[in-house]
Amino acid sequence: MAVELPDNVVVTKFDKLVSWCRKNSLWPMPYATACCGIELMATGASRHDLARFGAEVFRFSPRQCDLMIVAGRVVMKMLPVLQRIWLQMHEPKWCISMGACASTGGVFDTYSVVQGIDRFLPVDMYVPGCPPRPEQLIQAIIDLQEKIQREGTALGREFDAPQRQRPPRALQEK
Amino acid sequence: MPQNPAIAALKDKFPDLAMSEFRGQTRVVVPRQAIYEFLAALKSQLDFDLLVDVSCVDYLYYRGAKDRFGLIYLLANTRTNERITVRAFVNDPEPAVPSVVSLWEGANWLEREVWDLFGIRFEGHPDLRRIVLPEQFTAHPLRKDYPLQGRGERHNFPVITRAQS
Repeated sequence: MAVELPDNVVVTKFDKLVSWCRKNSLWPMPYATACCGIELMATGASRHDLARFGAEVFRFSPRQCDLMIVAGRVVMKMLPVLQRIWLQMHEPKWCISMGACASTGGVFDTYSVVQGIDRFLPVDMYVPGCPPRPEQLIQAIIDLQEKIQREGTALGREFDAPQRQRPPRALQEK
Repeated sequence: MPQNPAIAALKDKFPDLAMSEFRGQTRVVVPRQAIYEFLAALKSQLDFDLLVDVSCVDYLYYRGAKDRFGLIYLLANTRTNERITVRAFVNDPEPAVPSVVSLWEGANWLEREVWDLFGIRFEGHPDLRRIVLPEQFTAHPLRKDYPLQGRGERHNFPVITRAQS
């Protein structure tokens, strides 16, 4: 016997609900050090609006954010600052490494530029480009939202290492 | 150039100058002992009141170079738009020159940058410490015998994993 539910009652798993809430309200902390910061500002501006996807405000305080977007090259003098900001963010938190310089050091293979922040921080999404188009960054946010929904956050599953990665391939049937 | 006779007049006081001109740009090479007096004379008598930049060139692998470091002082006269380049050559064990902070205050950070990247000490500088590199950095990276990728200082940091976050 099926139970008849009225239209305004939703039954779901707690984890899915919490993940849905969190993924649709990612507040970014813009850690813009260089030119990718300009593209980050462009993504938050009116033409490519990042607020459509829940990133309503760019809070500059790490205590109020859950997504850190590292946009631009990080030099070794800046890296302890970056690590401190990361540690000041509350759980659950994610990190997007935007641009070639934050992901791998970019064109700057020199004595002072860190060759990829993923050597020292846990990164969830990499956005290639120099600088990436705003649409690429929006795609990264969407992919991160799918990752959050897939992995779930209510049980702290993002701490499992290695993380289960099943990235959707383009031009393939899901 | 109208100032050239005035600079040529300075040659009487400083006997070892080597002056040259190329396409309207004047360049004077001064021996290291006379650099402070020469710059002071340029400032007081010829009104070069703006120190544009202090820079350095490392001639370690340059063919035919006699000295290792060539210091460059770019001066400008804001009233007559004159520019002049003053060179001084210093050598390797303990390269040092007198500081020109007492003549131009802006030389404070310019000389700190040359100290940081080349290792040339400026005697009489009020606060000679690193300005663009971290304080714990030990080498002088723009010297020619320092590798471009560094000696591992850029990756000498603690790793924060997801579990510790």
